[in-house]
Amino acid sequence: MKNVPLRKNVMTDHEDTHHVLSYGQLGAVLAVLLTLTGITVGVSYVHLGFFNVPVALAIACTKVTFVLLFFMHLKYEGPIIVISFLSTVAFLMIMIGFTFWDVAFR
Amino acid sequence: MSARIDETGIKIGMWLFLYSEIILFGGLFVLYAAYFHRYPEQFAVGGKELNRIIGSINTVVLLVSSFAVAASITAIQRDARKHTIGLLLFSLCCGCIFLVNKYFEWGAKIHHDIFPNSDTLVNGEPGVNIFFGLYYVITGLHGLHVIIGMILLSISLVLVLMGKVNKSRFAMLDNSGLYWHLVDLIWIFVFPLFYLVL
Repeated sequence: MKNVPLRKNVMTDHEDTHHVLSYGQLGAVLAVLLTLTGITVGVSYVHLGFFNVPVALAIACTKVTFVLLFFMHLKYEGPIIVISFLSTVAFLMIMIGFTFWDVAFR
Repeated sequence: MSARIDETGIKIGMWLFLYSEIILFGGLFVLYAAYFHRYPEQFAVGGKELNRIIGSINTVVLLVSSFAVAASITAIQRDARKHTIGLLLFSLCCGCIFLVNKYFEWGAKIHHDIFPNSDTLVNGEPGVNIFFGLYYVITGLHGLHVIIGMILLSISLVLVLMGKVNKSRFAMLDNSGLYWHLVDLIWIFVFPLFYLVL
């Protein structure tokens, strides 16, 4: 009997923390992602020399941002997950940046 | 004896695991970057061998399946169980299509004598050999993740059918979804790096 109010508590908690995205919003995100895929394939046929790489990576980063924010709900998460995620990205940047720096200017 | 469920804790645990996955693939991308810097022309030769159409189809398939999984989580939160089941089945189909495409893609490469330790690669340019080595390791590890993601989604689907994953308790589906999106994230980088950049 005592469990009943507790359970209710759990449910209300949970409605606070979970933001429900509508099908329409998710569909809009999918449309953006498919458009960006089209753009990145299109741009790859234009010969930009060295600039093909940063352009392709910039589009990939934009797509990833959309997936993270909406499909993975990062936009609606609390500070712990957001900060720890950003720290991971920062670590990744250091790892890739410094290794590449070493290799490129050796 | 009340079963207090720590939703945030469950989610943080999953994210911590995802960070380790990000660093795992990050390490492989560092290798790619370093060798791309050393052998840009030979990487271009290797990249031209890859089938852009299959790569593009697989990108679209994964994006659509990611959408379906995200929508299935919306459906379970709205208590629309049939939608959840349908969307999960659809995502699993997308996963299968991806793997079948990969099978044909790898099959064509192997048929053209392009596989690790094949005569063409061993006796050819070193950059091309490294390009295809990285191609097989990264797409292979990614393919393994697709299979694991499909297993997790299947388990979630069974739990939805049994009623154990429902409107008030869907952490399993949520976390399987996060894993599936991670697989999509990795592919978003693999696709331009191997199929398009060159």
